[in-house]
Amino acid sequence: MLVPEAVLDRAHEDVHKTQPWNNPDAVPYIRFENVTKKFGDFYAVDDVSLDIYRHELFALLGGSGCGKTTLLRMLAGFEEPTSGKIYIDGVDMAGVPAYERPTNMMFQSYALFPHMSVEQNVAFGLIQDGVSRAKTKELVAEMLALVQMSKFAKRKPDQLSGGQRQRVALARSLIKRPKVLLLDEPLGALDKKLREQTQFELVNIQEKVGTTFVMVTHDQEEAMTMASRIAVMNEGVINQIGTPFELYEYPNSRYTANFLGQVNLIEGVLIDDDEKYAIIKSEEGNCEIYIDHAVQGHRGMTFWAALRPERLRLTKEAPEDTKYNCVSGKVEEIGYLGGISTYHVRLESGKRIKVTEPNSTRQIEPRYTWEDTVWVSWEAGAASVLNK
Amino acid sequence: MNGKRSTFLISALVFGFAFLYVPILLVMIYSFNEGKLVTVWAGFSTKWYVSLFNNDGMIDAAWNSLRIGVMSATLALALGTPAGLVMSRFGRFKGRTLFSGMIAAPLVMPEVITGLSLLLLFVTLEQLIGWPAGRGIATITIAHTTFCAAYVAVVVQSRLSGMDISVEEAAMDLGAKPAKIFFVITLPMILPALLAGWLLSFTLSLDDLVIASFVAGPGSTTLPMKVFSSVRLGVSPEINALATLIIVAMSVMILISSLLILRSERNRSRSSASAEIQP
Repeated sequence: MLVPEAVLDRAHEDVHKTQPWNNPDAVPYIRFENVTKKFGDFYAVDDVSLDIYRHELFALLGGSGCGKTTLLRMLAGFEEPTSGKIYIDGVDMAGVPAYERPTNMMFQSYALFPHMSVEQNVAFGLIQDGVSRAKTKELVAEMLALVQMSKFAKRKPDQLSGGQRQRVALARSLIKRPKVLLLDEPLGALDKKLREQTQFELVNIQEKVGTTFVMVTHDQEEAMTMASRIAVMNEGVINQIGTPFELYEYPNSRYTANFLGQVNLIEGVLIDDDEKYAIIKSEEGNCEIYIDHAVQGHRGMTFWAALRPERLRLTKEAPEDTKYNCVSGKVEEIGYLGGISTYHVRLESGKRIKVTEPNSTRQIEPRYTWEDTVWVSWEAGAASVLNK
Repeated sequence: MNGKRSTFLISALVFGFAFLYVPILLVMIYSFNEGKLVTVWAGFSTKWYVSLFNNDGMIDAAWNSLRIGVMSATLALALGTPAGLVMSRFGRFKGRTLFSGMIAAPLVMPEVITGLSLLLLFVTLEQLIGWPAGRGIATITIAHTTFCAAYVAVVVQSRLSGMDISVEEAAMDLGAKPAKIFFVITLPMILPALLAGWLLSFTLSLDDLVIASFVAGPGSTTLPMKVFSSVRLGVSPEINALATLIIVAMSVMILISSLLILRSERNRSRSSASAEIQP
């Protein structure tokens, strides 16, 4: 709604293949229809409808208790929806037990069978399907090679490191070539360095095997790195669905804007609008914000301008035109991170604005110091306007 | 200050252990006594062990006790494991607290009451359906099974509650049906707990005097009953020898079962340490 038309227009041409969600004729591979799950009086998932397309790496993102894991477990068949329907590849999943679903899951704890070797763990799914011994052996060897665990085939899970267990769990859940692979916080138990490395590996493996991945995570960076699309969830409801780009650049609410990356939210009132522009006057920002597109709403309505810290400019002198999109304040905190610096600028109203600046040239001494009076300014297109 | 405290602690330790183990140690020492008097040392000898093994009544009673122990421990395992499974895996249902309370009740029930009620049951059953015809090994085995099953249930339940449930879910996700999951995944994982439960039951059964006295019949005298009755006629050094043998056997068994429990605890903490808690 708040996405400018130009962006949508550009999206139409030959992106139907790579972005099936923008193609009205594409048939969703996984479909949630008004799915609700109640535990007692608590709505874990509240009337969620969601389409996921084939070959997607879809991420469900949200804080703890937002219902993302429940949604995943309903897809796996560990929970039955209280109401609503779930389709996978056109088949209604109601009443289909977990052991007959075309899904496999990689658990957060990995849930490896402790009394079985790596090989036996990976072979387990095939043995349940009655695959011949020779074929099983061949497929297991192939899969262990894919996740680079061939060397450890005879080991028991407690003789493996966290990263190695994660690979075994992935191999075990992929060996049956499921239609959908479900990943519950797949990298949650790994340390930061290993996690970054594994993110790309997982994406590569997904591209190799072509399976549709549905992933649950609370880590926005992980979701943005890996996912084709992300659904941001809060209190059992999906807040917004979109590509990482769409969510970051065009959040539909303060919740999404806050959840993905950092943002300054400046509250104000719409004082002037037109087909081409809008002006929001902010008390707490002590400024008037000029927006270069129309907003939906009437004058006098409250809006929030969402400004990303890296889109703000910091200067010692006032900009030429101080009528719109600039405000002065004092530098209160400085965080020097090497590549970038972050500044907290305190406005006269007491509101703090966060600005990040790249340190793209080498300086003799820091550009700003505490209590410096500075001007914060931004382009007319920098702010996204939110009404909730 | 440290020195003072450690002196106090050491004396507490020595006194405590002495209180517990000096009597047992005396029995063990006097089992090697040459003389017939239990309280006067007359030189080293193993003759009471020899005479113990020639005492047919005593050997029969020991044999009875062993058979009852093995049978009731096995039966208790068969009954207690499903009970433990239900208590930890069935989820919430109406009357759950009552149910688990009733399973654990035999643990705290006075033995006299358990024995008496079982005796009444057996007598009534015999009058009604003619079984069990008289009391003997079978009735003692049944009686021991009842309270041993409670112990097994508690041991199995605590092991299952500590187990990561997603391991079972993973098996189901990979295509295994519930019954298969139990035998291929759950059972191997709780095996140490099952062994510990069996050994605990066996020991308890071997040890029981009160309940067995209620439900025993002719020809089914167990070892504790035999010992108790012969002590009433005066303590023979043979009993010392027997006690020594029992203490050694029991110590070995308790050692094995606690090692098993320790190992399963370690496995559990290791597997749960690697599994981070769901946020």
